[in-house]
Amino acid sequence: MSTLVLLLATGLGLGALYFLVASGLSLIYGLMGVLNFAHGAFLTAGAYGAWWAAENLPGAGDDGFGFVVAATFGVAVGAVFGAVVELVLIRPLYRRHIEQVLVTVGLSLAAVALAQGIFGADPRPFPRPGWTSGTVSLLGASVPTDRFLLMAAAVVVLLALLALLRFTRVGLVIRAGVENRSMVEALGIDVRRTFTLVFALGGAAAALAGVLGSVYLGSVTPGQGTSLLIFAFIVVVIGGLGSITGSAIAAVVVGVTQQLANYYAASGVGDFSVVLLLALVLLTRPQGLSGRPA
Amino acid sequence: MRAPERVAGVLPWVGRLAPVAVLVVLLVLPYVQLDVSWVLPDRVNGPGSMQLLALCLVFGGIALSYDVLFGRTGLLSFGHALFVAAGSYGTALGLARLDLSLWLAVLLTLAAGVVLPLVVGAVALRVSGIAFAMVTLAFAQAASILVLRNPGGLTGGEEGLPLLRDAVPDLLTGVVNAPYRYWLALAYLVGCWAVVVWLGRSRAGHAWAAIRENPERVAVLGISTYRAKLLAVVVGCFLGTLGGIAHLLVVGGASPSITSAEFTLTLLVMVVLGGAGSRWGAVLGGVLYTYLDNRLLELASSEGVQSLPAVLRVPASEPLFVLGSLFVLVVFFAPGGLAGVVHGRARSPRSLARRRKRAA
Repeated sequence: MSTLVLLLATGLGLGALYFLVASGLSLIYGLMGVLNFAHGAFLTAGAYGAWWAAENLPGAGDDGFGFVVAATFGVAVGAVFGAVVELVLIRPLYRRHIEQVLVTVGLSLAAVALAQGIFGADPRPFPRPGWTSGTVSLLGASVPTDRFLLMAAAVVVLLALLALLRFTRVGLVIRAGVENRSMVEALGIDVRRTFTLVFALGGAAAALAGVLGSVYLGSVTPGQGTSLLIFAFIVVVIGGLGSITGSAIAAVVVGVTQQLANYYAASGVGDFSVVLLLALVLLTRPQGLSGRPA
Repeated sequence: MRAPERVAGVLPWVGRLAPVAVLVVLLVLPYVQLDVSWVLPDRVNGPGSMQLLALCLVFGGIALSYDVLFGRTGLLSFGHALFVAAGSYGTALGLARLDLSLWLAVLLTLAAGVVLPLVVGAVALRVSGIAFAMVTLAFAQAASILVLRNPGGLTGGEEGLPLLRDAVPDLLTGVVNAPYRYWLALAYLVGCWAVVVWLGRSRAGHAWAAIRENPERVAVLGISTYRAKLLAVVVGCFLGTLGGIAHLLVVGGASPSITSAEFTLTLLVMVVLGGAGSRWGAVLGGVLYTYLDNRLLELASSEGVQSLPAVLRVPASEPLFVLGSLFVLVVFFAPGGLAGVVHGRARSPRSLARRRKRAA
């Protein structure tokens, strides 16, 4: 029982990370039709941003309020990075989807290499608040507290995004744009203005995933974004491109499946079963769980 | 996206003769003593240069095989690494674990190189667009995980699987025999080229081009797009598997890096860099990318770069940063890739109009 609780908590924590990356990817794809390979770079930027801030920024540190400042700085770096990428690289290639994807591929290669050049290829110890390495007793299992941090962050982001989409005018335009972009434009609304916002939001969420993922791993490496990105893609596709709730559900399913299968079957089977799940979902229900065409 | 087929549309016979001329030059390179230590590791026929050139040619061929899917048929696959890895690991496993002879191992691998894409393609082609890319990615990722987890100590995990030297003819092993591996790589590239030329002119090739431009129209014309696309997948991936075998023999081992999704992305970068849909473009992209990837590291440790201020030195010493940025620039300013730049003038609207007038 205690093992199961621990596995579920870890699976949910992992799912939370996947969701943070996938939510931005999903919105960007749904609205603009761009499969953003540079999303892993946003994540890396956020992680290194927080790492840098914790050591160099006045008021930031590795514990308590200082960590919040550092994490906020990292998230801000991710958001600015996302917005700049949209304005400089994606916007000029308006409606040329393949070229946009290619540009993000080039950017992802270049950004990871640059991070490696600046910070070195070796893992750097990440500043983490002391309490994140503690454990909480839950149903007889001692669950590390960082799992709860991940879950809480993901739930907050999910609710914030849903509120934004549901109750604001910009959210309305985004939702309508995902549904039928040409129609929104025909109504005289400039959807393009929301693109930068969506990229900034996606960048911020990915950067948060980078910060929290580094807390979870205890270190930060240039390549960690890329490895998370593949699973985030899988989550986005399973959840249905353009759907936030779909991504959330798929992230939980993927995270938990992966953990359980890795433990109960054999190491590696979990990753394998997730990939199989993707193939199955795409072949039986190409539009993903949420029901929109991919 | 698309670059024209012929190197010189104005003088057709130049276009026909150019590949032969290039082939002759490439064939005699191992006899050239010229010292070119500023472009290659040592003199042209030195072992270091031969090894690098062989690798470049192998990647030229693999890029060409990927272009059958991406540039010719318009299928964006993220799973090409699976088939290259199947060639490399299939042969290495056959030699090391099943004690097969080289020929038998290669034959079995080639059989797998037909069956595997047939199965994966048949499944993945049920969906199209991004979903197709994702299903192929899923298959490749599954294989990559499998290789890295090293089941039963079969694949060697992160270490990779070295080529069993005893099972390979002496001519293909050892530093001094680099020219033979170079000719092997050249033979692979020429083979790929021949297949692509031949199929490009066949009915299947025309169907591929039509599917790339307008799949709905092809379907309305009564041609089965599914079968044509499946053929493209099988041909492209089979050539990829062949490339995996060549890669194994040239590099002397199967490495898990060629199973990764990044490997497929690199192929995509090569093809777009050179010019998608163009034979010359794809091959040139593969050769140039591999060359730069290897030589830029050399350049990074050179005095010129090391004496630069840190702002310039750090990015300049990361080959992937340079290549990634170069790639972004190409996508922006030369959408047809290198082949498109070369043909820029020939393809300008005015010259097209002129050609049309002449034809009429």
